[in-house]
Amino acid sequence: MSGDAANETAVRDMVDAVYRSDSRRVLATLIRLLGDFDLAEEALHDAFTAAVERWPRDGVPANPRAWLVSAGRFKAIDAMRRRARFDASLEEIARRFDVETSDPVARDGESVEDDRLRLIFTCCHPALPPDAQIALTLREVCGLTTEEIARAFLTGPPTVAQRIVRAKAKIRDARIPYEVPVRGDLPGRLDTVLHVIYLVFNEGYSASAGSSLTRPDLSGEAIRLGRLLLDLLAEPEALGLLALMLLHESRRAARTSPAGELVLLGDQDRSLWNRELIAEGSALVQRALSSRRFGPYTLQAAIAAVHAEAPAAGATDWAQIVGLYDVLARADPSPVVELNRAAAVAMRDGPLAGLTLIDAILARGDLADYYLAHSARADLCRRLGRTTEARASYGRALRLTQQDPERRFLERRLGELPD
Amino acid sequence: MKYLCLIYDEEKKVGSMSKSESDAFMGEYYAFTEGIQKSGHYVAGEALQPIHTATTVRIRNGKLSTTDGPFAETKEQLGGFYLINARDLNDAIQVASKIPSARLGSVEVRPIMVFDHQ
Repeated sequence: MSGDAANETAVRDMVDAVYRSDSRRVLATLIRLLGDFDLAEEALHDAFTAAVERWPRDGVPANPRAWLVSAGRFKAIDAMRRRARFDASLEEIARRFDVETSDPVARDGESVEDDRLRLIFTCCHPALPPDAQIALTLREVCGLTTEEIARAFLTGPPTVAQRIVRAKAKIRDARIPYEVPVRGDLPGRLDTVLHVIYLVFNEGYSASAGSSLTRPDLSGEAIRLGRLLLDLLAEPEALGLLALMLLHESRRAARTSPAGELVLLGDQDRSLWNRELIAEGSALVQRALSSRRFGPYTLQAAIAAVHAEAPAAGATDWAQIVGLYDVLARADPSPVVELNRAAAVAMRDGPLAGLTLIDAILARGDLADYYLAHSARADLCRRLGRTTEARASYGRALRLTQQDPERRFLERRLGELPD
Repeated sequence: MKYLCLIYDEEKKVGSMSKSESDAFMGEYYAFTEGIQKSGHYVAGEALQPIHTATTVRIRNGKLSTTDGPFAETKEQLGGFYLINARDLNDAIQVASKIPSARLGSVEVRPIMVFDHQ
Protein backbone atom coordinates (compact mmCIF):
# COMPACT_ATOMS: atom_id res chain seq x y z
CA MET A 1 0.00 0.00 0.00
CA SER A 2 1.40 3.41 -0.94
CA GLY A 3 1.76 6.18 1.61
CA ASP A 4 -1.08 8.13 0.02
CA ALA A 5 -3.45 5.19 0.10
CA ALA A 6 -2.56 4.49 3.73
CA ASN A 7 -3.17 8.14 4.55
CA GLU A 8 -6.49 8.05 2.75
CA THR A 9 -7.60 4.96 4.70
CA ALA A 10 -6.60 6.59 7.98
CA VAL A 11 -8.55 9.75 7.13
CA ARG A 12 -11.58 7.67 6.09
CA ASP A 13 -11.51 5.90 9.46
CA MET A 14 -11.25 9.31 11.09
CA VAL A 15 -14.31 10.59 9.17
CA ASP A 16 -16.22 7.45 10.19
CA ALA A 17 -15.24 7.97 13.81
CA VAL A 18 -16.29 11.62 13.72
CA TYR A 19 -19.57 10.58 12.09
CA ARG A 20 -20.29 8.15 14.91
CA SER A 21 -19.31 10.53 17.71
CA ASP A 22 -20.46 13.89 16.34
CA SER A 23 -22.95 13.61 13.49
CA ARG A 24 -25.93 14.11 15.83
CA ARG A 25 -24.32 17.19 17.39
CA VAL A 26 -23.60 18.65 13.98
CA LEU A 27 -27.16 17.90 12.87
CA ALA A 28 -28.62 19.53 16.00
CA THR A 29 -26.69 22.73 15.30
CA LEU A 30 -27.51 22.72 11.58
CA ILE A 31 -31.23 22.44 12.37
CA ARG A 32 -30.91 25.58 14.50
CA LEU A 33 -28.93 27.43 11.84
CA LEU A 34 -31.08 26.38 8.89
CA GLY A 35 -34.43 26.20 10.67
CA ASP A 36 -35.48 23.04 8.86
CA PHE A 37 -34.94 19.33 9.55
CA ASP A 38 -34.77 18.19 5.93
CA LEU A 39 -32.46 21.00 4.88
CA ALA A 40 -30.21 20.21 7.84
CA GLU A 41 -30.07 16.49 7.03
CA GLU A 42 -29.13 17.24 3.47
CA ALA A 43 -26.47 19.69 4.67
CA LEU A 44 -25.12 17.10 7.12
CA HIS A 45 -24.78 14.58 4.32
CA ASP A 46 -23.07 17.15 2.07
CA ALA A 47 -20.69 18.18 4.86
CA PHE A 48 -19.49 14.60 5.41
CA THR A 49 -19.16 14.09 1.67
CA ALA A 50 -16.95 17.19 1.57
CA ALA A 51 -14.91 15.87 4.50
CA VAL A 52 -14.22 12.60 2.68
CA GLU A 53 -12.99 14.58 -0.34
CA ARG A 54 -11.02 17.27 1.36
CA TRP A 55 -9.55 15.94 4.60
CA PRO A 56 -7.16 13.52 2.84
CA ARG A 57 -5.89 16.44 0.75
CA ASP A 58 -5.99 19.35 3.22
CA GLY A 59 -5.51 17.41 6.44
CA VAL A 60 -8.01 16.83 9.25
CA PRO A 61 -9.12 20.18 10.70
CA ALA A 62 -8.27 21.03 14.31
CA ASN A 63 -11.96 21.16 15.23
CA PRO A 64 -13.73 18.66 12.94
CA ARG A 65 -17.17 19.37 14.36
CA ALA A 66 -16.92 23.12 13.76
CA TRP A 67 -15.58 22.45 10.25
CA LEU A 68 -18.57 20.20 9.50
CA VAL A 69 -21.11 22.73 10.79
CA SER A 70 -19.49 25.41 8.69
CA ALA A 71 -19.29 23.22 5.59
CA GLY A 72 -22.89 22.06 6.01
CA ARG A 73 -24.10 25.62 6.35
CA PHE A 74 -22.26 26.77 3.20
CA LYS A 75 -23.56 23.79 1.25
CA ALA A 76 -27.12 24.59 2.34
CA ILE A 77 -26.78 28.24 1.34
CA ASP A 78 -25.31 27.15 -2.00
CA ALA A 79 -28.17 24.75 -2.57
CA MET A 80 -30.70 27.46 -1.77
CA ARG A 81 -28.99 29.92 -4.13
CA ARG A 82 -29.11 27.32 -6.91
CA ARG A 83 -32.80 26.73 -6.30
CA ALA A 84 -33.37 30.48 -6.01
CA ARG A 85 -33.04 30.69 -9.77
CA PHE A 86 -36.42 28.99 -9.85
CA ASP A 87 -37.87 30.43 -6.66
CA ALA A 88 -36.97 34.03 -5.84
CA SER A 89 -38.12 33.78 -2.21
CA LEU A 90 -35.24 31.39 -1.46
CA GLU A 91 -32.67 34.04 -2.38
CA GLU A 92 -33.97 36.17 0.47
CA ILE A 93 -33.74 33.23 2.90
CA ALA A 94 -30.24 32.40 1.71
CA ARG A 95 -29.12 36.02 2.20
CA ARG A 96 -30.61 36.06 5.70
CA PHE A 97 -28.73 32.88 6.70
CA ASP A 98 -25.54 34.34 5.33
CA VAL A 99 -25.86 37.41 7.54
CA GLU A 100 -27.48 35.94 10.63
CA THR A 101 -25.23 32.97 10.97
CA SER A 102 -22.01 34.30 9.59
CA ASP A 103 -20.06 33.00 12.55
CA PRO A 104 -21.86 29.92 13.78
CA VAL A 105 -18.87 28.06 15.08
CA ALA A 106 -17.57 30.86 17.26
CA ARG A 107 -20.31 29.88 19.70
CA ASP A 108 -18.95 27.96 22.64
CA GLY A 109 -19.38 24.30 23.41
CA GLU A 110 -22.19 24.99 25.79
CA SER A 111 -24.48 26.30 23.10
CA VAL A 112 -23.68 23.28 20.91
CA GLU A 113 -24.87 21.12 23.81
CA ASP A 114 -27.95 23.37 24.00
CA ASP A 115 -28.65 22.45 20.40
CA ARG A 116 -28.79 18.78 21.35
CA LEU A 117 -31.24 19.60 24.13
CA ARG A 118 -33.30 21.71 21.68
CA LEU A 119 -33.38 18.73 19.34
CA ILE A 120 -34.57 16.37 22.07
CA PHE A 121 -37.31 18.72 23.26
CA THR A 122 -38.47 19.39 19.70
CA CYS A 123 -38.63 15.69 18.79
CA CYS A 124 -40.57 15.05 22.01
CA HIS A 125 -42.94 18.01 21.64
CA PRO A 126 -46.34 17.13 23.12
CA ALA A 127 -48.07 18.49 19.99
CA LEU A 128 -46.65 15.47 18.10
CA PRO A 129 -48.34 12.08 18.47
CA PRO A 130 -46.47 9.68 20.81
CA ASP A 131 -45.57 7.25 17.99
CA ALA A 132 -44.04 10.12 16.07
CA GLN A 133 -42.14 11.39 19.11
CA ILE A 134 -40.49 8.00 19.49
CA ALA A 135 -39.70 7.56 15.79
CA LEU A 136 -38.37 11.09 15.41
CA THR A 137 -36.21 10.86 18.55
CA LEU A 138 -34.67 7.56 17.45
CA ARG A 139 -34.10 8.92 13.95
CA GLU A 140 -32.76 12.41 14.71
CA VAL A 141 -31.24 12.17 18.20
CA CYS A 142 -29.97 8.57 18.09
CA GLY A 143 -29.27 8.44 14.36
CA LEU A 144 -31.09 5.13 13.81
CA THR A 145 -32.25 4.46 10.26
CA THR A 146 -35.92 4.18 9.40
CA GLU A 147 -35.37 0.45 8.76
CA GLU A 148 -33.78 -0.06 12.19
CA ILE A 149 -36.67 1.73 13.92
CA ALA A 150 -39.22 -0.30 11.95
CA ARG A 151 -37.50 -3.56 12.87
CA ALA A 152 -37.36 -2.61 16.54
CA PHE A 153 -41.07 -1.83 16.66
CA LEU A 154 -42.11 -4.68 14.36
CA THR A 155 -43.69 -2.34 11.83
CA GLY A 156 -42.93 -1.65 8.20
CA PRO A 157 -40.38 1.02 7.18
CA PRO A 158 -43.08 2.92 5.19
CA THR A 159 -45.13 3.32 8.38
CA VAL A 160 -42.17 4.70 10.30
CA ALA A 161 -41.13 6.92 7.37
CA GLN A 162 -44.63 8.34 7.18
CA ARG A 163 -44.68 9.10 10.91
CA ILE A 164 -41.39 10.96 10.59
CA VAL A 165 -42.44 12.89 7.48
CA ARG A 166 -45.71 13.95 9.12
CA ALA A 167 -43.95 14.98 12.32
CA LYS A 168 -41.46 17.12 10.42
CA ALA A 169 -44.32 18.68 8.45
CA LYS A 170 -46.10 19.57 11.67
CA ILE A 171 -42.93 21.04 13.18
CA ARG A 172 -42.58 23.23 10.09
CA ASP A 173 -46.23 24.12 9.41
CA ALA A 174 -47.43 24.66 12.98
CA ARG A 175 -44.06 26.29 13.75
CA ILE A 176 -42.97 24.20 16.71
CA PRO A 177 -39.98 26.21 17.91
CA TYR A 178 -36.49 24.78 18.20
CA GLU A 179 -35.90 25.64 21.80
CA VAL A 180 -35.46 24.36 25.32
CA PRO A 181 -38.68 25.13 27.23
CA VAL A 182 -38.68 28.02 29.67
CA ARG A 183 -38.41 27.16 33.38
CA GLY A 184 -42.14 27.27 33.99
CA ASP A 185 -42.87 24.77 31.19
CA LEU A 186 -39.90 22.55 31.92
CA PRO A 187 -41.45 20.01 34.34
CA GLY A 188 -44.31 19.12 31.98
CA ARG A 189 -42.12 19.08 28.88
CA LEU A 190 -39.44 17.03 30.64
CA ASP A 191 -42.12 14.47 31.54
CA THR A 192 -42.82 13.93 27.84
CA VAL A 193 -39.11 13.44 27.09
CA LEU A 194 -38.69 11.00 29.99
CA HIS A 195 -41.80 9.14 28.88
CA VAL A 196 -40.47 8.74 25.33
CA ILE A 197 -37.15 7.40 26.64
CA TYR A 198 -38.90 5.01 29.01
CA LEU A 199 -41.21 3.72 26.25
CA VAL A 200 -38.16 3.00 24.09
CA PHE A 201 -36.53 1.20 27.02
CA ASN A 202 -39.62 -0.86 27.81
CA GLU A 203 -40.06 -1.89 24.21
CA GLY A 204 -36.52 -3.25 24.40
CA TYR A 205 -36.87 -4.74 27.86
CA SER A 206 -40.30 -6.25 27.63
CA ALA A 207 -41.21 -6.47 23.98
CA SER A 208 -44.98 -6.13 23.66
CA ALA A 209 -45.35 -8.89 21.08
CA GLY A 210 -43.35 -11.50 19.26
CA SER A 211 -41.27 -14.54 19.93
CA SER A 212 -38.46 -12.97 21.92
CA LEU A 213 -38.87 -11.52 25.39
CA THR A 214 -36.50 -8.59 24.99
CA ARG A 215 -34.77 -6.49 22.37
CA PRO A 216 -31.51 -5.38 24.00
CA ASP A 217 -30.54 -2.89 21.26
CA LEU A 218 -33.52 -0.71 22.01
CA SER A 219 -32.84 -0.75 25.75
CA GLY A 220 -29.23 0.18 25.11
CA GLU A 221 -30.38 3.09 22.94
CA ALA A 222 -32.75 4.27 25.69
CA ILE A 223 -29.96 4.11 28.28
CA ARG A 224 -27.69 6.11 25.97
CA LEU A 225 -30.48 8.68 25.59
CA GLY A 226 -30.96 8.75 29.36
CA ARG A 227 -27.24 9.41 29.89
CA LEU A 228 -27.26 12.13 27.24
CA LEU A 229 -30.28 13.84 28.78
CA LEU A 230 -28.68 13.72 32.22
CA ASP A 231 -25.45 15.23 30.85
CA LEU A 232 -27.44 18.06 29.36
CA LEU A 233 -30.01 18.58 32.10
CA ALA A 234 -29.27 17.30 35.61
CA GLU A 235 -32.88 17.17 36.81
CA PRO A 236 -33.77 14.71 39.61
CA GLU A 237 -36.26 12.75 37.50
CA ALA A 238 -33.67 12.40 34.72
CA LEU A 239 -31.42 10.83 37.39
CA GLY A 240 -34.33 8.68 38.54
CA LEU A 241 -35.16 7.43 35.06
CA LEU A 242 -31.56 6.52 34.24
CA ALA A 243 -31.29 4.73 37.59
CA LEU A 244 -34.51 2.84 36.92
CA MET A 245 -33.33 1.71 33.49
CA LEU A 246 -29.90 0.64 34.78
CA LEU A 247 -31.42 -1.33 37.65
CA HIS A 248 -33.84 -3.13 35.32
CA GLU A 249 -31.06 -3.72 32.83
CA SER A 250 -28.86 -5.25 35.56
CA ARG A 251 -31.26 -8.20 35.74
CA ARG A 252 -31.52 -8.86 32.01
CA ALA A 253 -29.34 -12.00 32.02
CA ALA A 254 -31.35 -13.49 34.88
CA ARG A 255 -34.77 -12.66 33.44
CA THR A 256 -34.82 -15.44 30.88
CA SER A 257 -33.71 -19.04 31.23
CA PRO A 258 -31.25 -20.50 28.71
CA ALA A 259 -34.31 -21.93 26.93
CA GLY A 260 -35.78 -18.44 26.57
CA GLU A 261 -38.36 -18.83 29.34
CA LEU A 262 -39.44 -15.99 31.62
CA VAL A 263 -37.96 -16.12 35.14
CA LEU A 264 -39.73 -14.07 37.82
CA LEU A 265 -37.77 -11.79 40.14
CA GLY A 266 -38.12 -14.12 43.13
CA ASP A 267 -36.76 -17.10 41.19
CA GLN A 268 -33.88 -15.34 39.46
CA ASP A 269 -30.26 -16.42 39.92
CA ARG A 270 -28.94 -13.29 41.62
CA SER A 271 -25.34 -14.14 40.77
CA LEU A 272 -26.29 -13.26 37.17
CA TRP A 273 -27.23 -9.70 38.13
CA ASN A 274 -24.83 -7.08 36.83
CA ARG A 275 -23.25 -5.57 39.98
CA GLU A 276 -21.73 -2.61 38.15
CA LEU A 277 -25.10 -1.48 36.81
CA ILE A 278 -26.66 -1.98 40.26
CA ALA A 279 -23.95 0.13 41.92
CA GLU A 280 -24.35 2.90 39.36
CA GLY A 281 -28.15 2.77 39.53
CA SER A 282 -28.24 2.80 43.33
CA ALA A 283 -25.86 5.77 43.50
CA LEU A 284 -28.07 7.70 41.06
CA VAL A 285 -31.15 6.88 43.17
CA GLN A 286 -29.41 8.32 46.24
CA ARG A 287 -28.56 11.51 44.36
CA ALA A 288 -32.12 11.87 43.09
CA LEU A 289 -33.66 11.21 46.52
CA SER A 290 -31.38 13.73 48.22
CA SER A 291 -32.59 16.45 45.80
CA ARG A 292 -36.02 16.22 47.47
CA ARG A 293 -37.58 17.15 44.10
CA PHE A 294 -37.93 13.57 42.92
CA GLY A 295 -41.00 11.98 41.34
CA PRO A 296 -42.35 8.66 40.08
CA TYR A 297 -39.23 7.52 38.18
CA THR A 298 -37.00 8.01 41.20
CA LEU A 299 -39.48 6.17 43.44
CA GLN A 300 -39.69 3.23 41.03
CA ALA A 301 -35.90 3.21 40.86
CA ALA A 302 -35.72 3.22 44.67
CA ILE A 303 -37.99 0.16 44.74
CA ALA A 304 -35.82 -1.57 42.13
CA ALA A 305 -32.75 -0.69 44.24
CA VAL A 306 -34.25 -2.34 47.35
CA HIS A 307 -34.75 -5.52 45.31
CA ALA A 308 -31.24 -5.27 43.91
CA GLU A 309 -29.70 -4.96 47.36
CA ALA A 310 -31.37 -8.10 48.76
CA PRO A 311 -28.86 -10.98 48.74
CA ALA A 312 -31.73 -13.48 48.33
CA ALA A 313 -35.42 -13.19 47.45
CA GLY A 314 -36.34 -14.21 51.00
CA ALA A 315 -34.22 -11.39 52.43
CA THR A 316 -36.12 -8.64 50.55
CA ASP A 317 -37.13 -5.70 52.72
CA TRP A 318 -40.84 -5.82 51.83
CA ALA A 319 -41.79 -3.26 54.48
CA GLN A 320 -39.57 -0.70 52.81
CA ILE A 321 -40.96 -1.60 49.39
CA VAL A 322 -44.55 -1.20 50.58
CA GLY A 323 -43.56 2.17 52.09
CA LEU A 324 -42.09 3.32 48.77
CA TYR A 325 -45.22 2.18 46.92
CA ASP A 326 -47.30 4.22 49.38
CA VAL A 327 -45.35 7.35 48.41
CA LEU A 328 -45.51 6.42 44.71
CA ALA A 329 -49.29 5.89 44.90
CA ARG A 330 -49.61 9.45 46.23
CA ALA A 331 -47.17 10.99 43.73
CA ASP A 332 -48.53 9.18 40.69
CA PRO A 333 -51.79 7.38 41.47
CA SER A 334 -52.62 4.58 39.04
CA PRO A 335 -54.22 1.14 39.18
CA VAL A 336 -50.93 -0.47 38.08
CA VAL A 337 -49.09 1.11 41.03
CA GLU A 338 -51.88 -0.15 43.31
CA LEU A 339 -51.49 -3.65 41.86
CA ASN A 340 -47.75 -3.66 42.51
CA ARG A 341 -48.33 -2.35 46.00
CA ALA A 342 -50.82 -5.18 46.59
CA ALA A 343 -48.21 -7.73 45.48
CA ALA A 344 -45.70 -6.21 47.94
CA VAL A 345 -48.30 -6.25 50.73
CA ALA A 346 -48.87 -9.94 49.97
CA MET A 347 -45.17 -10.55 50.53
CA ARG A 348 -45.14 -8.55 53.77
CA ASP A 349 -48.48 -9.59 55.31
CA GLY A 350 -49.34 -12.84 53.51
CA PRO A 351 -51.28 -13.77 50.33
CA LEU A 352 -54.76 -13.13 51.76
CA ALA A 353 -53.99 -9.44 52.46
CA GLY A 354 -52.71 -9.01 48.89
CA LEU A 355 -55.66 -10.87 47.36
CA THR A 356 -58.16 -8.62 49.14
CA LEU A 357 -56.45 -5.55 47.63
CA ILE A 358 -56.26 -7.03 44.12
CA ASP A 359 -59.91 -8.09 44.19
CA ALA A 360 -60.85 -4.54 45.18
CA ILE A 361 -58.92 -3.15 42.17
CA LEU A 362 -60.47 -5.70 39.79
CA ALA A 363 -63.94 -5.04 41.23
CA ARG A 364 -63.58 -1.41 40.07
CA GLY A 365 -62.98 -2.77 36.56
CA ASP A 366 -59.75 -0.79 36.22
CA LEU A 367 -57.41 -3.61 35.27
CA ALA A 368 -59.89 -6.11 33.88
CA ASP A 369 -57.88 -6.40 30.63
CA TYR A 370 -54.42 -6.32 32.20
CA TYR A 371 -52.95 -9.81 32.16
CA LEU A 372 -50.54 -9.14 35.05
CA ALA A 373 -53.47 -8.37 37.37
CA HIS A 374 -54.98 -11.78 36.65
CA SER A 375 -51.69 -13.66 36.84
CA ALA A 376 -50.88 -11.95 40.18
CA ARG A 377 -54.32 -12.90 41.47
CA ALA A 378 -53.84 -16.47 40.23
CA ASP A 379 -50.53 -16.68 42.02
CA LEU A 380 -52.00 -15.58 45.36
CA CYS A 381 -54.93 -18.01 44.98
CA ARG A 382 -52.44 -20.80 44.26
CA ARG A 383 -50.50 -19.96 47.41
CA LEU A 384 -53.77 -19.98 49.40
CA GLY A 385 -54.66 -23.41 47.98
CA ARG A 386 -57.69 -22.02 46.09
CA THR A 387 -56.95 -24.11 43.02
CA THR A 388 -60.19 -23.52 41.10
CA GLU A 389 -59.90 -19.73 41.38
CA ALA A 390 -56.21 -19.91 40.49
CA ARG A 391 -57.00 -21.90 37.36
CA ALA A 392 -59.68 -19.41 36.26
CA SER A 393 -57.35 -16.43 36.77
CA TYR A 394 -54.39 -18.03 34.97
CA GLY A 395 -56.81 -18.76 32.14
CA ARG A 396 -57.93 -15.13 31.94
CA ALA A 397 -54.32 -13.92 32.03
CA LEU A 398 -53.46 -16.32 29.22
CA ARG A 399 -56.23 -14.94 27.04
CA LEU A 400 -54.87 -11.41 27.55
CA THR A 401 -51.18 -11.74 26.61
CA GLN A 402 -49.74 -11.95 23.11
CA GLN A 403 -46.15 -12.62 24.07
CA ASP A 404 -44.94 -16.18 23.58
CA PRO A 405 -42.61 -16.56 26.62
CA GLU A 406 -45.26 -15.06 28.92
CA ARG A 407 -47.84 -17.44 27.51
CA ARG A 408 -45.56 -20.42 28.07
CA PHE A 409 -44.91 -19.25 31.63
CA LEU A 410 -48.64 -19.08 32.39
CA GLU A 411 -49.24 -22.45 30.76
CA ARG A 412 -46.49 -23.94 32.90
CA ARG A 413 -48.07 -22.52 36.06
CA LEU A 414 -51.46 -23.88 35.01
CA GLY A 415 -49.92 -27.31 34.46
CA GLU A 416 -48.35 -27.27 37.92
CA LEU A 417 -51.68 -26.76 39.70
CA PRO A 418 -52.90 -29.84 41.57
CA ASP A 419 -56.04 -31.48 40.12
CA MET B 1 -47.63 33.76 12.50
CA LYS B 2 -51.40 33.51 12.88
CA TYR B 3 -53.21 30.73 14.73
CA LEU B 4 -56.92 30.12 15.08
CA CYS B 5 -57.96 28.96 18.54
CA LEU B 6 -61.25 27.05 18.20
CA ILE B 7 -63.12 26.86 21.46
CA TYR B 8 -65.15 23.75 22.21
CA ASP B 9 -67.50 23.79 25.17
CA GLU B 10 -70.16 21.52 26.49
CA GLU B 11 -73.19 23.70 25.90
CA LYS B 12 -75.13 21.79 28.55
CA LYS B 13 -72.47 22.49 31.14
CA VAL B 14 -72.20 26.17 30.27
CA GLY B 15 -76.00 26.48 29.98
CA SER B 16 -76.57 24.98 33.42
CA MET B 17 -74.36 27.53 35.18
CA SER B 18 -76.02 29.72 37.79
CA LYS B 19 -76.22 33.46 37.15
CA SER B 20 -73.23 34.19 39.37
CA GLU B 21 -71.17 31.35 37.87
CA SER B 22 -71.91 32.49 34.34
CA ASP B 23 -71.15 36.13 35.23
CA ALA B 24 -67.80 35.04 36.66
CA PHE B 25 -67.11 32.96 33.54
CA MET B 26 -67.89 35.88 31.22
CA GLY B 27 -65.78 38.14 33.43
CA GLU B 28 -62.84 35.79 32.88
CA TYR B 29 -63.41 35.99 29.13
CA TYR B 30 -63.43 39.83 29.21
CA ALA B 31 -60.23 39.84 31.24
CA PHE B 32 -58.59 37.30 28.92
CA THR B 33 -59.54 39.26 25.80
CA GLU B 34 -58.22 42.48 27.29
CA GLY B 35 -55.02 40.68 28.26
CA ILE B 36 -54.27 39.41 24.76
CA GLN B 37 -55.17 42.78 23.25
CA LYS B 38 -52.54 44.37 25.49
CA SER B 39 -49.94 41.68 24.76
CA GLY B 40 -50.45 42.12 21.02
CA HIS B 41 -51.66 38.57 20.40
CA TYR B 42 -55.24 39.52 19.58
CA VAL B 43 -56.38 39.72 15.98
CA ALA B 44 -60.06 38.82 16.26
CA GLY B 45 -62.43 36.82 18.40
CA GLU B 46 -66.13 36.03 18.58
CA ALA B 47 -68.52 33.84 20.50
CA LEU B 48 -71.08 31.79 18.59
CA GLN B 49 -74.80 31.30 19.22
CA PRO B 50 -75.61 27.79 20.50
CA ILE B 51 -75.57 24.79 18.18
CA HIS B 52 -79.39 24.70 17.73
CA THR B 53 -79.08 27.87 15.64
CA ALA B 54 -76.64 26.21 13.21
CA THR B 55 -77.42 25.47 9.58
CA THR B 56 -75.30 23.30 7.31
CA VAL B 57 -75.13 24.14 3.63
CA ARG B 58 -74.02 21.71 0.92
CA ILE B 59 -74.22 21.61 -2.84
CA ARG B 60 -74.52 18.10 -4.27
CA ASN B 61 -75.05 17.42 -7.95
CA GLY B 62 -75.55 21.15 -8.42
CA LYS B 63 -78.42 21.17 -5.95
CA LEU B 64 -78.44 23.23 -2.78
CA SER B 65 -79.27 21.42 0.40
CA THR B 66 -79.64 23.16 3.73
CA THR B 67 -80.00 21.11 6.86
CA ASP B 68 -80.42 21.77 10.52
CA GLY B 69 -77.28 21.73 12.65
CA PRO B 70 -74.02 19.90 12.04
CA PHE B 71 -75.44 16.81 13.84
CA ALA B 72 -72.22 16.36 15.73
CA GLU B 73 -72.39 13.38 18.02
CA THR B 74 -69.60 14.85 20.12
CA LYS B 75 -70.09 16.07 23.65
CA GLU B 76 -68.38 19.40 22.95
CA GLN B 77 -69.51 21.98 20.43
CA LEU B 78 -67.70 24.78 18.68
CA GLY B 79 -68.64 27.82 20.73
CA GLY B 80 -66.31 30.56 19.60
CA PHE B 81 -62.85 31.43 18.40
CA TYR B 82 -59.89 33.73 18.71
CA LEU B 83 -57.59 34.55 15.84
CA ILE B 84 -54.20 35.36 17.36
CA ASN B 85 -50.75 36.41 16.31
CA ALA B 86 -48.09 34.28 18.01
CA ARG B 87 -44.35 33.84 17.73
CA ASP B 88 -44.59 30.06 17.37
CA LEU B 89 -46.69 27.10 18.52
CA ASN B 90 -45.37 27.28 22.10
CA ASP B 91 -46.46 30.91 22.31
CA ALA B 92 -49.86 30.02 20.81
CA ILE B 93 -50.26 27.16 23.34
CA GLN B 94 -49.49 29.61 26.14
CA VAL B 95 -52.27 31.92 24.95
CA ALA B 96 -54.72 29.08 24.33
CA SER B 97 -54.12 27.64 27.78
CA LYS B 98 -55.41 30.88 29.30
CA ILE B 99 -58.74 30.80 27.44
CA PRO B 100 -61.27 30.16 30.22
CA SER B 101 -62.91 27.28 28.29
CA ALA B 102 -59.61 25.36 28.30
CA ARG B 103 -60.58 24.37 31.85
CA LEU B 104 -64.11 23.24 30.98
CA GLY B 105 -63.92 22.09 27.39
CA SER B 106 -61.01 22.19 25.01
CA VAL B 107 -59.25 24.54 22.62
CA GLU B 108 -57.97 23.42 19.24
CA VAL B 109 -55.00 25.43 18.00
CA ARG B 110 -54.61 25.55 14.21
CA PRO B 111 -51.96 27.45 12.30
CA ILE B 112 -53.37 29.64 9.54
CA MET B 113 -52.37 28.52 6.07
CA VAL B 114 -50.44 31.12 4.11
CA PHE B 115 -50.88 30.93 0.33
CA ASP B 116 -47.96 31.97 -1.79
CA HIS B 117 -49.35 34.24 -4.51
CA GLN B 118 -46.10 34.62 -6.42
